[in-house]
Amino acid sequence: MTTTTTTTTTPHQRLATDGRSRERNPRSVIFLVALWLSLFIALLTLLTLIVSTFIDGAGRLDSRLFTEFPSSRPQQAGARPAILGSLWVIGTTAVLAIPLGIAAAVHLEEFADRHSRFNRFVEVNIQNLAAIPSIIYGMLAVGFLGLLGVANKNIVIGGAVALALLILPVVIISTREALRAVPRELRQGSLALGATGLQTTWRITLPAAIPGISTGTILALSRALGEAAPLLLLGALVFVSFDPNGLLSGFTTMPIQIFGWTNNPQAEFRELAAAASLLLVGILLAMNALAIVIRNRYQRRW
Amino acid sequence: MNPTDRTLEPSVKEAPAHAAPTTAPSARWREERVTKDAPTPVLECVDVDVRYGGFVAVRDVSLPFGHNEITALIGPSGCGKSTILRSLNRMNDLVDGARVDGKVQYWGQDIYGPGVDPIEVRRRIGMVFQKPNPFPKSIYDNVAYGPRVTGMDVDSMDDLVEQTLRRAALWDEVKDKLKQSAYGLSGGQQQRLCIARTIAVEPDVILMDEPCSALDPIATLRIEELMVELRDRYTIVIVTHNMQQAARIADRTAFFTADVDETSGDRTGVLVEFDLTSKIFENPSDSRTEDYITGRFG
Repeated sequence: MTTTTTTTTTPHQRLATDGRSRERNPRSVIFLVALWLSLFIALLTLLTLIVSTFIDGAGRLDSRLFTEFPSSRPQQAGARPAILGSLWVIGTTAVLAIPLGIAAAVHLEEFADRHSRFNRFVEVNIQNLAAIPSIIYGMLAVGFLGLLGVANKNIVIGGAVALALLILPVVIISTREALRAVPRELRQGSLALGATGLQTTWRITLPAAIPGISTGTILALSRALGEAAPLLLLGALVFVSFDPNGLLSGFTTMPIQIFGWTNNPQAEFRELAAAASLLLVGILLAMNALAIVIRNRYQRRW
Repeated sequence: MNPTDRTLEPSVKEAPAHAAPTTAPSARWREERVTKDAPTPVLECVDVDVRYGGFVAVRDVSLPFGHNEITALIGPSGCGKSTILRSLNRMNDLVDGARVDGKVQYWGQDIYGPGVDPIEVRRRIGMVFQKPNPFPKSIYDNVAYGPRVTGMDVDSMDDLVEQTLRRAALWDEVKDKLKQSAYGLSGGQQQRLCIARTIAVEPDVILMDEPCSALDPIATLRIEELMVELRDRYTIVIVTHNMQQAARIADRTAFFTADVDETSGDRTGVLVEFDLTSKIFENPSDSRTEDYITGRFG
């Protein structure tokens, strides 16, 4: 074909499209505009939310928010127990969920027989667990604490158990992905030197996967930080006038405190709620930023 | 010029030539070194078949690997040479559904026999891979890794690392940056580090799976020189696509090819010919070997 056409058509002519790019036909343009509008709506919603919260709450984003206990007088109220409670619960959640999740993922990825029916069943279920509504985990934690005979279920360890169960599937899935991203050649290199499977996992695979694992884990923890539903089910208090001081201490967390304040009739409390929301959003953004920094800093070099 | 001539001069002086008269000048050193028709096997395949699931990848391989010799496995793609190599230190165990029948004898002991620990097999029979695969650790830790995990009794790890790197002809290039990441090295240096890492655990045999295929010609040359130096201490088996490489460094060469099943189209690797490298390259007894060597197929 080319041999017959080269005499009549130069390459230059064949590339021209009568001034109308195929990218610019009406259908393409409509499609591109639709895509752009979708993005715009999403961004606009987010922006409106942040700006309006900022306008409402900026006035109360001061030191009192960090130092004062809740009070029936909005001018003196602060979120100190809620901030401390969130730290306690998330810290305990991390201690519970991270080792368990990583260990489960290591077993599934490095040691389990991929073809066994049981392991495939477990895998499917972990995927499903990640999609279960958080309130179900609250019910599970209530049931669990009830079995243990705990009467007052609104304790740090209770909330942490609920949240740990909630994020466990996410930790497992992201750890598995991080492990899978470690090249097989590294494992083989280690095994070929006479290292055992366990040594290879501990000394080569896991260290190489740490950036991916920490990114996934931080994102999971930031999800837990914003959760209110399972904790409400445990009977979390809206009005806590003491600092949580241990695993068995009563507590409230920031989302619950915000929820409580928005239920108050006075406008000042809503201002407080907005201020606490800003703080929560700030913490979440910081955690996500940290995850991104870790991911970029330890970019895979293989 | 033959890159190996230099490193071999001393041994030529010590052991006067008793070369076969047919030897071409470029291959002279090889004949002077290996004269026996049959090698003293450190490692030997006896009627080995390797299967992946129901598929037979290699059939009926019987092949001895001589003590302190370099044996090259050559042949077209898909002829099973890498598969055979991986069955020599039980790396095939790591592949789902892989099965080895027949015997692979290490000093007479079947490495697939009952009670044999694949971990111990792999320590004695080390492996260097196609793509350099240093660990994401420092140069020092890469070398020290093997001795550490195998619990070697080491007086001074620093000395061991230095000795090993010297033996791998890498010491002068890395002695000032031992604590730096191995990823900072060039591809050729990384591959020599991988060789260093392998010899750090004092194996008997080193298996090399196309160790130079990812490297430029100069880096390749250095690895070849290194292999010839290491031959005095280790038995080396190398899979290579590069026939000149086999001709340059191997004492003996095994030529594999793939038998294609007419009905199923399955390719099964078979060993065609195994002999002194000079014989394989200059006077092969099988016409398929000759066709491959002369570039008529493959």
